[in-house]
Amino acid sequence: MRRTLLVKESLIKIFIWITAFLVLSFLFLIVGYVLKNGLAHLNPSFFLSNPKRLGKEGGIASIILSTFYLTTLAIIFALPIGVGSAIFLSEYMKESVGKKLLTFLTETLAGIPSIIFGLFGFAFFVTWLKLGFSLLAGGLTLAVMILPTIIKTAEETLKAVPKSYKEASLALGATKKQTILRVLLPAAVPGIITGLILALGRAIGETAALLLTAGSSAKTPTSFLASGRSLAVHLYILATEGISLEMSFATASVLIVLVLIINSLANGLQKRFQKKLA
Amino acid sequence: MESTLKLKEKGKNIYLHQQYFLREKSFTGLLFLTTLLSASIIILIAGFVFSEGYPVIKNGLVKMITGTKWYPLEGVYGVWPMIFGSLMVSLGALLIGIPLGLGTAIFLSELAPPKIADLVRPALQVLAGIPSVVFGFFGMTVVVPLIRNTLGGSGYSALSGSLVLAIMILPTIINIAEDSIRSVPKELKEGSLALGATHWQTISKVVLPAASSGLLTAIILALGRAVGETMAVMMVTGNTPLLPTAETNYSLLKPLLIWLQPVRTLTSNIAIEMGYASGEHASALFACGIILFVLIMVINASATLLIKKKVSR
Repeated sequence: MRRTLLVKESLIKIFIWITAFLVLSFLFLIVGYVLKNGLAHLNPSFFLSNPKRLGKEGGIASIILSTFYLTTLAIIFALPIGVGSAIFLSEYMKESVGKKLLTFLTETLAGIPSIIFGLFGFAFFVTWLKLGFSLLAGGLTLAVMILPTIIKTAEETLKAVPKSYKEASLALGATKKQTILRVLLPAAVPGIITGLILALGRAIGETAALLLTAGSSAKTPTSFLASGRSLAVHLYILATEGISLEMSFATASVLIVLVLIINSLANGLQKRFQKKLA
Repeated sequence: MESTLKLKEKGKNIYLHQQYFLREKSFTGLLFLTTLLSASIIILIAGFVFSEGYPVIKNGLVKMITGTKWYPLEGVYGVWPMIFGSLMVSLGALLIGIPLGLGTAIFLSELAPPKIADLVRPALQVLAGIPSVVFGFFGMTVVVPLIRNTLGGSGYSALSGSLVLAIMILPTIINIAEDSIRSVPKELKEGSLALGATHWQTISKVVLPAASSGLLTAIILALGRAVGETMAVMMVTGNTPLLPTAETNYSLLKPLLIWLQPVRTLTSNIAIEMGYASGEHASALFACGIILFVLIMVINASATLLIKKKVSR
């Protein structure tokens, strides 16, 4: 009896090890497959030249520039609003129905699928505000998408700052505003940057919402009101229109390398932040 | 002489105080405005999507949801095939993703040596960070040919979508499930072990039941993620706006054969046609957005309710 039980037990444990192993192997399969086929095409000229013949030849210089503009715009809009909201929610509001409602509204935003953000961006920024398919409309849509991430991480970081910092500052006669700007925020900067980097990762990989708001022009953008194509949109068009498998792999590799860099940056910063406050 | 100086000083102090007071107030006001803006965005989104979709919704929501024909050029907007497609692809993803995800969550919380768990967690973070378009690209170049060569057909199918989505929802399932398994009180586990139960008996009969509402939350949130995913699904499911059917004499085989048919999801329907739609057609796509919006809200709300129930217990 006992023996069959133990055999059964070992079998189940082996099965669980296998599931974990399978999950890991999916990750290595995807990352390895893309990098193996793509890294060979990454050379200086790929990064420095613009796409030619619809992207069959040339590189991704203009695409990188558009991606940079889109994510920068998103951060410029989302960071002050997000951090401001986080400070207000954590420092100025007491536990109340109002706070619960505000938190609920911002958190609901996090669960909305990106295609709905795309529809909203198209109806509001592109059509209603008459921005057209443009970097500005795309950047604003991305800003809306990353706002919940920024609010949440900033709020958690502010909560993690030891109370004694705040009390010491107030006891020295500093006002609440001075305490927030000169004590709380500086202590929370690494945590806020971590959240920002995570938000950046989401913005860089976004495709569906940008298709409906920033358009897909592969040209070097000349203004914020010009259409621009992000890396992810470029990969989508290259792959689904059967333009070039090589270029698709190369672009996908760039995206994966960016994700790896962003993850390690965020992890490193988070560790430093926790060490500093410990 | 002396008194006027004092008075001046006093006035200066009052002036300074007023200035500080004003600055404090305006700072608070500014912060309040940013919060109001953040909170109003979800309302703006709902408002704009609803008002754009209303012209088509008002012609009969039920007719639209149950209609099986999507002929946008003739003004016929039945979205049942797309709702069916979304549910089929997502439930398929859960079917594949749940055993793998829960297995890995149990592995990380109960079986893995700490060093191995510390290697697996960052890997999962990378998996969660990979853009959906890269998953779609992987699906197109690996999963679709694999299905075509082993099971036949074009390979662009609901099954391909389910397989790709299953991988994408793994980090969601694993993270939440692991957290809820870890939050089971140690005493429960120790009590079971002390009574002579084996490790697995303890896990399956004590730990997992105690964590069940958290596990269910993990699954529901994963479902929400799957239903809302656009790019990865759109790139591998073939996108035919028809209800998938299959002819076979073996009724057991039928679900699998249907799974091998191309389908179009709600999300793909919007992404594919929004580029060229105008007028009523565009409005119908916004109506699809409303249906998707409500579906996701219901899914996420049930997850939130579950978390609340768990906390109150």
